[in-house]
Amino acid sequence: MRLDWELARHGYRRYAAYPGATYAGLFTNVVFGFLIAYILLAVYEHAEVIGGYDVRDAIAYVWISQALLTVVGIFGASWYELARRVQTGDVATDLQRPLDVQRAELVQDLGRAGYHVLWRALPQFGLGALLFEITIPSEPGRWLLFALSVALAVLAGFGVRFLVNLASFWLLDYRGPVLLAIAVNLLLSGAIMPLAFFPGWLDTAARLTPFASMLQAPIDVYVGAPLGGSTALVLALQTFWALALYGAGRAVFAAGTRKLVVQGG
Amino acid sequence: MADARVLAGIYARLVGARIRSQLEYRVSVALQLVGSGLLTAVDFAAIAVIFANVPSLGDWSLGEVALLYALATTSFALTDIAIGHLDLFPQMIREGTFDQILVRPLPSLLQVVASDFALRRFGKVLQGLAVLAFALATVEIDWTLGRVLAIPLAIVSGAVIYGAVWVALATVAFWIVDAMELVNAFTYGGSFLSQYPIGIFARWLRGLVVFVVPLAFVAYFPGLYVLGKEDELGLPEALRYASPVVAVAATLVAGAVWRNAVRHYRSAGG
Repeated sequence: MRLDWELARHGYRRYAAYPGATYAGLFTNVVFGFLIAYILLAVYEHAEVIGGYDVRDAIAYVWISQALLTVVGIFGASWYELARRVQTGDVATDLQRPLDVQRAELVQDLGRAGYHVLWRALPQFGLGALLFEITIPSEPGRWLLFALSVALAVLAGFGVRFLVNLASFWLLDYRGPVLLAIAVNLLLSGAIMPLAFFPGWLDTAARLTPFASMLQAPIDVYVGAPLGGSTALVLALQTFWALALYGAGRAVFAAGTRKLVVQGG
Repeated sequence: MADARVLAGIYARLVGARIRSQLEYRVSVALQLVGSGLLTAVDFAAIAVIFANVPSLGDWSLGEVALLYALATTSFALTDIAIGHLDLFPQMIREGTFDQILVRPLPSLLQVVASDFALRRFGKVLQGLAVLAFALATVEIDWTLGRVLAIPLAIVSGAVIYGAVWVALATVAFWIVDAMELVNAFTYGGSFLSQYPIGIFARWLRGLVVFVVPLAFVAYFPGLYVLGKEDELGLPEALRYASPVVAVAATLVAGAVWRNAVRHYRSAGG
């Protein structure tokens, strides 16, 4: 536990060391927040409600999704950092250390997520709530469920990215598959448009995937338009994916290390 | 200083070498080509999802927005191939490798730009052209010779405008090394914005992209000309033809900004 705590703090500090990057990233997400918000406002000139989202829900979606992009890791180096270490052979050093690589990666990622919640998500969301008319839940219980859902989204996000990284144990070049995974995730996580806007069958199918558990799920919980009308179902699904992906990651990592050949040096 | 033709020759040779080295890894390039194409296709999926719910955006139809998207995406993809590695420029400053560039007898910008040529991003161009084909098949255009020529001219002008914006903003790295993502707001954000009709954005944003960072000239104004559409912004008709001129002007400004920034370079001691 002590080690976990130290690693998590390390994950936090790794990002805290570059405040300039934080402000710059925040600025970029805010710009995208404005752009997507105006696009959706134009969409709602022709519609009252789309897939259970009214215009205030949709604008809330914009600012929460932009706020959570970094928190759950929709973009960024965490999709291929470990893959790169496998390719260069540096992973051998990780394996020699007396710690569980997956668990160490997870707690560092939690530290990172904590940093991004404080310095990216909260300012981003605050600004959106200030500048646009968005849905603000009045019951404290909904905020608690939302916080829980965000935490599960971080875990699911870690699970997805860890597995994608592991592809490098079998593929000589991981960059193509990683790009592919990021593209699929952008679409199915609800990062580009709310999944509620998708045609019915695709909406349901997408919301069942682990990708939706990364981003769309907490937003659905926030605006109160969850899959099947049940917040409990959404949280259960997120918990399932968080655990299943962690388990799968463990098995695949073990298989990968058995196969790993590091070029001597 | 060597004249432009000699520099173009040097650029072509450097880029040729980059391309040949990448072609040594054909499978890798092919996979990344598919990956990068799909990654941009996601942006078009957003537009498709919007039009699955509403018949128009402002008073623009799916085909019309698709044309804007195609012009913007294809232009941006070309820029990204040629100078997308400017994203890594702050590393050169941080590690002091920019010193090596300054001691060579070639313009510094030429060397930075020629340091990579991302063939792997060509999938984005193909994706843009595929949407262009869809747009042209979907909307009714009153074809004239001018309109036929306007499309390739808009793509080239757009690529140059994006390039100028990218270069000018990359100079931020001379002062702030860890803030490259700031530039993303204008490059990736700019390319995203140009995919949509400018009229749907707030007044301050419209003013910004017409008069300050000239992104409206990438797709919006040429798009109005090709489609023969009325300008919701109510600006002079001459702007529809102005993209090539704006591209040249933007390049001159970017060049001046770069030269001024290089004078402020302080080495990390690499």
